[in-house]
Amino acid sequence: MTSTVPSPGAQTGTLQRTTPPRPATPRQSTTRRKRGNRSPGEGRMAAMLLSPTILVLALVIMYPLLSAVHQSLFRAESGLDADGFVSEVESFVGLANYADLFVGESGRRFLNAFANTTFFTVTTVFLETVLGLCMALAMNRAFRGRSFLRASILVPWAVPTAVSGLLWRWIFQSDGIANNLLGSEVLWTAEGNASKLAVIIAEVWKTAPFIGLLVLAGMQIIPAEVYEAAKIDGAGWWRQLGSITLPLVKPTLLVAVLFRMLDALRMFDLPFVLVGPGKESVETLSMLAWDESNQLRYGSASAFAVVLFLYVAVVAIVFVKVLGADVTGAKELKLMSKKSRTKATRTRDIADREIAEQKKAEATR
Amino acid sequence: MTISDLRNAAADSGAPSAPTAAAAAAGQPKAKRTWRSYSVYAGLALIFAYCLAPFYWMIVSSLRRTADIFDNTLLPAPFSLENYVKVFDGSTMFGQALLNSLIVAGTTTVFALVLGVFAAYAISRLNFRFKSVILGVIIATSMFPGISVVVPLLRLFTDIGWINTYQAMIVPNLSFAIPLAVWNLTTFMKQLPFDLEEAAMIDGCTKWQAFRKVLLPLAAPGVFTTAILTFIHSWNEFIIALSMINNPAVQTATVAISKFTGATEFQAPFGEQMAAGVIVTVPLVIMVLVFQRRIVEGLTAGAGK
Repeated sequence: MTSTVPSPGAQTGTLQRTTPPRPATPRQSTTRRKRGNRSPGEGRMAAMLLSPTILVLALVIMYPLLSAVHQSLFRAESGLDADGFVSEVESFVGLANYADLFVGESGRRFLNAFANTTFFTVTTVFLETVLGLCMALAMNRAFRGRSFLRASILVPWAVPTAVSGLLWRWIFQSDGIANNLLGSEVLWTAEGNASKLAVIIAEVWKTAPFIGLLVLAGMQIIPAEVYEAAKIDGAGWWRQLGSITLPLVKPTLLVAVLFRMLDALRMFDLPFVLVGPGKESVETLSMLAWDESNQLRYGSASAFAVVLFLYVAVVAIVFVKVLGADVTGAKELKLMSKKSRTKATRTRDIADREIAEQKKAEATR
Repeated sequence: MTISDLRNAAADSGAPSAPTAAAAAAGQPKAKRTWRSYSVYAGLALIFAYCLAPFYWMIVSSLRRTADIFDNTLLPAPFSLENYVKVFDGSTMFGQALLNSLIVAGTTTVFALVLGVFAAYAISRLNFRFKSVILGVIIATSMFPGISVVVPLLRLFTDIGWINTYQAMIVPNLSFAIPLAVWNLTTFMKQLPFDLEEAAMIDGCTKWQAFRKVLLPLAAPGVFTTAILTFIHSWNEFIIALSMINNPAVQTATVAISKFTGATEFQAPFGEQMAAGVIVTVPLVIMVLVFQRRIVEGLTAGAGK
């Protein structure tokens, strides 16, 4: 055995993955009914159980989305009335709020926010992934102190983003510890590239360990035999990394990267607390939309929110369709029914061996 | 050494430290083996420092006196609880903010769990049309950017007089809490054997009884894990609470500490902010320490498919 002994927690994770999928429905394990038949009662029961969830999600997701699209077509022309509330005079302006995204002062601000959002997403997710992979590689070979390490790795994840923004604001004070250690006098939390860097560092600190944790879980399900086979065939460490570890953790990594990207695209708390609202160099789309709605310009705020939503949706679709990130576990579901059809019962050992052989074949190809 | 140095070092040492076990098994000379295992531990120490150094700095700073807040010693000298006393002296309503956070996060968790258990049962146990579509839609909603919820709801809640109420935070919180709960519970319930429920039903239980008396007790650990994750996410929520609340008596702890301000802009009360940050974070860190195995299980099952 070349791999380490996983700690109990990790082991349960391993078991979850390698246990042969159980039949998900009664009819697959009984011969009473054929596959594909649905009893009407079951459908009704499912509808009953799911409807509260669907209803609430419709209220808090569908309604806001439609409402945002609707509001983005209007513009409050006269601003505030005598009491300081939004005046009722709102005129339909069609796509003017969207057209304004590209022209004039507001257009410049939008494009800047769009560029910042993209820049932060690309840089932080790239750094997180590289660092997270390195962390997972180091932890995968660790024997002792693993649970201790795992607890410490969860600390950055558990710290609220707003608190981490404050914490890094303190570290990056002009006379704070960062400048002290670096011997520099950088104004990290003012404007400019230094504040961009500050946001990136703080974000990567909080999220890289999280990616490391997910990737580690993916690494621990790779059977040791695969590495043994590769070693017999004379593959060195780099070859093993490139031909076994990386291809086999790719599904896990893809999903982790997707989730991190979607999270980074809606970044708000960190730049808001670390640098502050309305700072050009770190203003993201979320912050811009928030600021606009604070100014009671709901029309343009909604337009920004809709654009951000579309941006997130496009990234998600590209990941799922083009790169094949298996987010919902749909592949697993299909695999499940296929396997349970061919063999109702199968011991874990046999399944394990089979997977190992498949992977071995893949690795040595 | 700075944080970024640490990070670079971690990146450097992470890669070469990994092949230790492989090398050891291949029967390489002992000297090389010890050198390699040494490098593994060096890498792990760096990861450890990377994760905890900023948090440690927050704790240390919170224990300094206002006068020596800009000291850079590794231990607070003299040790002082001054900042913690100030945080709770009443002027900032921080105690109330903590209570608000507890109410909002707790209620969100309970609602999300109740709805999530039913939905997850339907998805993992029942056979019906559009199942994968429904699961897909529920998961897709978790990717919805918070601001796209906040802008329209802010307007709606203004109209119906919900601004500065708990429900103005709890209802939007469900937009991320429900997908999280459904996802985690579904993953968990799929792993539970169906045989026991089947046996119960053969013995004359109805589906509902089998669910309540057999599945639910079995799923209790998964429900608990989901509860922890949902609670942590709701506790850390920021943008909704920031937008819906402008009355300090109702705002949550994360918003309250972001609004701690000193006499002037250039005199931010960093000591108090750090103390408040420690207070907000410590319950989470304790949870993480106590339930780390469950949390890792939940996170990797939910997101690392």
